[in-house]
Amino acid sequence: MIGSVLAALVIGGAVAAFAIVWRPAIAAIDPPAPQSFDTALVRRGQDLAAIGNCNDCHTVRGGKDFAGGLPVPTPFGTIFSSNITPDAETGIGRWPEAAFRRAMRSGVDRNGQHLYPTFPYDHFTNVTDEDDRALYAYLMTREPVRAPARANQLPFPLDQRVVIAGWKLLFLRRGTYQPDGTRSAEWNRGAYLVEGLAHCGACHTPRNLLGAERASAQFAGGDVDNWHAYAINAQSSAPVPWDAEALFTYLRDGWHPDHGVARGPMAQVVSNLSSVPPSDVRAIATYMAGVSGAPAPDRKRRLEEVLAQARSPAEQASKTNAVGASIYAAACATCHETGRPLPYGGVNLALSTAISNPDPRNAINIVLSGVRPVEGERSPIMPGFAASMNDDQISALLRYLRARFSNQPEWTGVAKTVADARRTQTVFLQTSSGPHNAPADATQRDKP
Amino acid sequence: MNAPVMLDRRRVLAGGGALIVSFSLADAFAQDQPAAPPPSPSGSLKTSPLLDSWIRIDADGSITVFTGKAELGQGFKTAFQQIAAEELDVPFESLNVITADTRLTANEGYTSGSNSMKESGTAIQNASAQARALLLTEAARRLDLPAETLRTENGAVIAPDGRRLGYGALVAADMLHVQAQPKSKLKDPSSFKVMGQPVPRVDIPAKVTGGAAYVQDVRLPGMAHARVVRPPSYQARLTDCDTSAVEKLPGVVRVIRDGNFLAVVARKEFQSIKAMNALSAAAKWKETAALPKQDDLLRVLTSLPSQDSTIFERTDPSALGQKTIEATYTRPYQAHGSIGPSCAVAQFTDGAMTVWTHTQGVYPDRQAIAEMLRMPPASVRCIHVESSGCYGHNGADDAAADAALIARALPGTPVRVQWMREQEHAWEPFGPAMVTKLKASLDGAGVISDWNFEVWSNTHSMRPGGAGSMLAAQHMAQPFTVPAPKPIPLPEGGGDRNAIPIYKFPNVHVVHHFIPAMPLRISAMRSLGAYHNVFSTESFMDELAVAAGADPVEFRLKHLDDPRGRDVIEKAAQGFGWQKGRKAPQGHGFGFAFARYKNLAAYCAVATEVEVNRETGRPRLVRAVAAVDSGQVVNPDGLINQIEGAILQSMSWTLYESVTFDDTRITSIDWQTYPILRFDAVPDSVEVHVINRPGQPFLGSGETGQGPAAASIANAIADATGKRLRHLPLTRKRIKDAIDA
Amino acid sequence: MMTLKVNGQDHEIDADPDTPLLYVLRDDIQLNAAKFGCGLGQCGSCTVIVDGNAVLSCVTPLLLLEGKQVTTLEGLGTIEAPAPIQRAFMEEQAAQCGYCIAGMMMRAQALLQKNPKPTDQQIRAELEPHLCRCGTHMRILRAVHRAIRLMDTADAASVAPGRAQ
Repeated sequence: MIGSVLAALVIGGAVAAFAIVWRPAIAAIDPPAPQSFDTALVRRGQDLAAIGNCNDCHTVRGGKDFAGGLPVPTPFGTIFSSNITPDAETGIGRWPEAAFRRAMRSGVDRNGQHLYPTFPYDHFTNVTDEDDRALYAYLMTREPVRAPARANQLPFPLDQRVVIAGWKLLFLRRGTYQPDGTRSAEWNRGAYLVEGLAHCGACHTPRNLLGAERASAQFAGGDVDNWHAYAINAQSSAPVPWDAEALFTYLRDGWHPDHGVARGPMAQVVSNLSSVPPSDVRAIATYMAGVSGAPAPDRKRRLEEVLAQARSPAEQASKTNAVGASIYAAACATCHETGRPLPYGGVNLALSTAISNPDPRNAINIVLSGVRPVEGERSPIMPGFAASMNDDQISALLRYLRARFSNQPEWTGVAKTVADARRTQTVFLQTSSGPHNAPADATQRDKP
Repeated sequence: MNAPVMLDRRRVLAGGGALIVSFSLADAFAQDQPAAPPPSPSGSLKTSPLLDSWIRIDADGSITVFTGKAELGQGFKTAFQQIAAEELDVPFESLNVITADTRLTANEGYTSGSNSMKESGTAIQNASAQARALLLTEAARRLDLPAETLRTENGAVIAPDGRRLGYGALVAADMLHVQAQPKSKLKDPSSFKVMGQPVPRVDIPAKVTGGAAYVQDVRLPGMAHARVVRPPSYQARLTDCDTSAVEKLPGVVRVIRDGNFLAVVARKEFQSIKAMNALSAAAKWKETAALPKQDDLLRVLTSLPSQDSTIFERTDPSALGQKTIEATYTRPYQAHGSIGPSCAVAQFTDGAMTVWTHTQGVYPDRQAIAEMLRMPPASVRCIHVESSGCYGHNGADDAAADAALIARALPGTPVRVQWMREQEHAWEPFGPAMVTKLKASLDGAGVISDWNFEVWSNTHSMRPGGAGSMLAAQHMAQPFTVPAPKPIPLPEGGGDRNAIPIYKFPNVHVVHHFIPAMPLRISAMRSLGAYHNVFSTESFMDELAVAAGADPVEFRLKHLDDPRGRDVIEKAAQGFGWQKGRKAPQGHGFGFAFARYKNLAAYCAVATEVEVNRETGRPRLVRAVAAVDSGQVVNPDGLINQIEGAILQSMSWTLYESVTFDDTRITSIDWQTYPILRFDAVPDSVEVHVINRPGQPFLGSGETGQGPAAASIANAIADATGKRLRHLPLTRKRIKDAIDA
Repeated sequence: MMTLKVNGQDHEIDADPDTPLLYVLRDDIQLNAAKFGCGLGQCGSCTVIVDGNAVLSCVTPLLLLEGKQVTTLEGLGTIEAPAPIQRAFMEEQAAQCGYCIAGMMMRAQALLQKNPKPTDQQIRAELEPHLCRCGTHMRILRAVHRAIRLMDTADAASVAPGRAQ
């Protein structure tokens, strides 16, 4: 009796497990002719793909657009992005639209295989069918590139895709975004984009041990490529609090005088957003401004303190860290204290979130690698100091910057962070294709 | 050849000594206006006819070659050394070349316009040949043998019986102090041993081992370092400057304020930079918003008052057009962007001023500095020392004036002035913005029946301009006025350089709208008006070819008689693999262009393959194949180097470059704000095919590639995208907008 | 006063600690190869090697160099005895005005010391901080490729069997 109950349970469990894990393959089609897609639809898909930042993950430095191959480091191993050009053999050329929609909605490929959530379908599930149709039209009209997928580097049993099914069971809330009737159309548009295609939380939200975004800590800060994606909610550590107008300018132009220039992995995001209809960028800014809420009353006072402190640094800071002080004066102040306007002058470091942030990684990354120019366009250039400064010197400099340009407690573990950063920055610069569009030049607005 | 008339008047002194080099100082004031008639074989011998202006032979046999031209990085020193070695029959390594120095060399005006081979090369070639002839004649006299039985080899005259007389032993006082003959017996090109060979450049070894090679490397005992604080904009006036704190800074020797000219001198270089920053902070300027709108240059240039002239006209009423197209092309202001900002060293001792400078013209620069300082020119010596490539009139002359002005205030102390990057970018005279409007018709057979070309441009040279062309003199308390701009006369031309088509069209009408007003500081930049005029002409030829349904190469050949031009076109097309009807790979385009620089210098055709990224609009030059005919080739490797460089430099101008400014200031002041080519955009390959023409006159090649390269790239982009872009630079954004439109 | 080790030699430098290495090399030690191109870290003309790494000397203040080894082009070889990189650039005639070349060579040298067989793509990526206004890029790349072969041969020669010690 117990035996048959157990057997029923086991069989029932197996059936249930099977039902959870197994997905049917969708029949392959002949690659659709690019001319069969309506040009207006393709155009809309282009804008949506820019908001989705697709070319960032799916293009590797020196490689063709959307041909994949970018190594994405995760705590579990390295995942390589796939080829989403319409190549018949190595891309998605044989995918019908239904298969594409399923991938976006549920994270399953045409063959029925589960996709690793490094592809953020936990966000893309929000995208409407019409927008999926436009994205499909756009991708299917790109240049097909023959580029076989690179094998992911995952330990057993994570390399078995069945485990993803379990992950999805726990963390995937399938279904499109539902508008909030109490909010404006612009807010809803922003919410739809942010929670969906723009997948901001994929970088800006911390993750749990199983690699899923922590719903209770939305936008409280996350990691990408050993950069820290800042908290962009009320816990933002930006010296000057963000508002909708500043966000809009920053996202569209790639910089803001009160915050600095978007570099690191964010550079590509703003590069893409610069080509998108401004109304969408404004919607995103409006929604995110709502997420941060009005700044706490004492932030203005704290900002004033930091600015005053930066201008006249306490004697103490220089004495206790003479090395850091002199490095700053000799190597940094020459650009960061000229008052030359952004995006070409070095930002006043008292305004820099990198310095005020609890996590020193971004500041270290920038000091190591500098800011590389965008090909053929007016864009900021900062030299990197990886070769001229050793770890001790960078650590001393970072401690000085923190003491002089913020009123936050000291960073800890700087030396180890510097050592780690040296290694990962090299890989980042070698594999990331980098932004194709330079931060907008205020003096050249609307000029070619 | 004829025995020189002077020889029997000479006393013969066996081994009498060195030849005296002497010049008439009248040469010092020669202007650099090129003569209108076609080049005669003797080049600069016309203005400096004494042989010993070019060749000096010492009693110990050592030989010095003098040229009034400057080594700008084109390899001239080497080429001239090759020419002299060939015609004199001496080993290449045994020669020493001395370049532009007002005390030592002939006045050859400016090293510009790709005229150096034609002017100086020709003079050296002929002077060397004639010197050799004189040596043979003298040897014949001493050996009592007919000159025809003697030969020269390795710096000696050799008799049939083996007797040897070294040149040093043969040379007599004043032997070469004779007027050049109108004709020389030149070597037969088929016998060349050195000329036509890719002899390694004599200046490269020092440059790759840290030898002193540049004006920036000049170091003199007691030398002090100076920095100028330039005004923030063209019309800015210094209203206040408290220099007392700056004077007390470590190492500061002097602060100089003369009207709007502000400079500081210190013992050590970094001290001078810190003092410059302090002085700049202390200076208060009153500025005037006087610059035009940067994105409105088409309207600005075509609305400014202009002196209009029809520079070429041909009429054939029998040629009737059926289909007419028009196009307007524009070019922004573009910068020389020399990699090394300008630099000069000057020393004023006992009433004499010596300036080490990278000016392209030591004589005109000397005259200008003398005028500025109100000194006799004879008291000023300008010595050319190389700097980084200038590509025309950059800040070199101004830096020389700065150094001289400052040195005068510190007699005895050598003063080194180094411009900062921002100063070079903001104050160098730019290549002028230009507008061209073209209109042409095709007849029923697809042949061009009429061609109309109008060009709007400033002058392309503010030199020679005396003191008034130099910033220091303009900014002094008692300033010199900027000279009135003058057009450079044809056939060379300035804004109208290459405005007259080389093609044979039945009806041609070319108008030059010369604009005197110069809202931005401008002057000569490599190839002058030819860059934009060839860009326009060759882009338009493609537009016409498309309208006629013709292959671009075939279309050009159909309209071109000049056989050397045809050869160059065919060579480039063949080297590229150009075939009528051959389509470029997906996303790529093929382009072709051709020109003869100034219609009288070197011929160059360039074929390119460009890839355009549809997503971003990014243009990428994949490969370029060029052919060049520069007459008699002296150093084929040097020539190839120049053409490769021309293609890449032009690619950078064409795809990326425009000077930016607001209503008051130049805003493109460093490499962030004036981006140029970097290695991530360098093509896969550049091939250059040289067509050698032994025995033909040298044709200048330093500026022949830029125009064709620009048009070739534009044509390739049009081929790749189906969209025609006519406004330089052809940026990624413009291409993307054109694709999306 | 600071002791700076350049090309294997110690130099006593009497300069402010914030003096960029470029001016110490040119003004105090009177070396020519490292050039002033921009002073802003944008063009690469000032590149030298510090402890095996290519460094922009115009934005490297003296105070960072305590205890480090600086190598300039002069330290690699001479006209009479050129290093492989110098020979390669001479053989390829990889220069027009030549102003940018010393910086290019030092960057290439540092690369080849770490990676003796870089690909063409890697060389191009490595040279990205460097500007050349004359358009000599193709020759510079050819020269670096040539240097790879020359260094290879030099290494092979030094370990050739039977070579007399």
